[in-house]
Amino acid sequence: MEFLINRYFLLALTFGAFLAGRRLQRWAGGTPLLNPILLAIMIVILWLVATGTPHSAYQPAGDYIDFWLKPAVVALGVPLSQQLKVIRRQLLPILLAETIGCLVGIVSVVLFAEAFGASREVLLSLVPKSVTTPIAIEVSQTIGGIPALTAAVVVATGIFGSMAGFKMMSISRIKSPIAQGLSMGTAAHAVGTSAALDRSARYGAFSSLGLILNGLLTAILAPSILALMGYGV
Amino acid sequence: MIFQIAVIFFFLALGELIVWLTGVPVPSSIIGMLLLAASISSGVLDIRRVDRAAQFLVSNLGFFFVPAGVGLINCFGLIADQWVQIVGTTVLSTMVVIACTGWTHQAVRRYLSRRSHHVSHTHDGISD
Repeated sequence: MEFLINRYFLLALTFGAFLAGRRLQRWAGGTPLLNPILLAIMIVILWLVATGTPHSAYQPAGDYIDFWLKPAVVALGVPLSQQLKVIRRQLLPILLAETIGCLVGIVSVVLFAEAFGASREVLLSLVPKSVTTPIAIEVSQTIGGIPALTAAVVVATGIFGSMAGFKMMSISRIKSPIAQGLSMGTAAHAVGTSAALDRSARYGAFSSLGLILNGLLTAILAPSILALMGYGV
Repeated sequence: MIFQIAVIFFFLALGELIVWLTGVPVPSSIIGMLLLAASISSGVLDIRRVDRAAQFLVSNLGFFFVPAGVGLINCFGLIADQWVQIVGTTVLSTMVVIACTGWTHQAVRRYLSRRSHHVSHTHDGISD
């Protein structure tokens, strides 16, 4: 069964799993609960487990797709450039919202994880959960988390945010498209941003802004905030 | 299309170069994104020379996360042990972040626009 570890086969499997997930979602009337990313991840994991394929055999295939994350983040510069005027006009509200969002993100993880009784390394792995994968993994390494767990939790956070985010904002009376976009990008990084882009380019632009600023702020602030809370390296 | 993709990778490479030269702890992709946005808005780069490739990448962003999620398989043990802690913390903290970010932005904007109304009656159109 050597063919099972053929990387082009595994690539095709990943594409197929995503398409199947998307079809399933459309079939169910587009409900955000059937997120195609989540479905694709589950299908691929089930396949690997069922066939006994080790993750190390999947890695080379996954790397081809992973590779496009960085160029895709660069490409977010295009929707961002289209909103720079509005951003400049609202610099103060945006910066304050982002600073609060970043602080609350880090502090709430520590408090909730302590309340739930998570181990130290799990707690630290959860700290960068709202930040886009490349930044989150670097932050996780710096503060002493487990990068693999961080990567998985980042994806889970993004999916949860894009599934529940808009619903949550309408409950908590966050109405302006700018505030909604910002919150989405701040809490749910690039996955939330693609959900925001489904609404309009404007939501998407503010969501990418939230993603950028929270990424930068978390990378800069997380180590010192954690040190203050007794989780210094 | 090749030109458009080349533009994206040019900015990514530029980001990599800056990280390599300065050692800033910021991902190269974020630097590339900021430089791309700056180049377009300053008129150095015509947006039509990059928008189709960007549109393709951005609208498929979710798919690129699938392999990272599959990496979950490597921490099954840890997750089995502490899944309540992990799921609980992630869900609650994400909700708190969404609420606090949105509330802060709306509150500051309301405060600023109220103040500018007092100073002058010209509304600068910060409506959505």
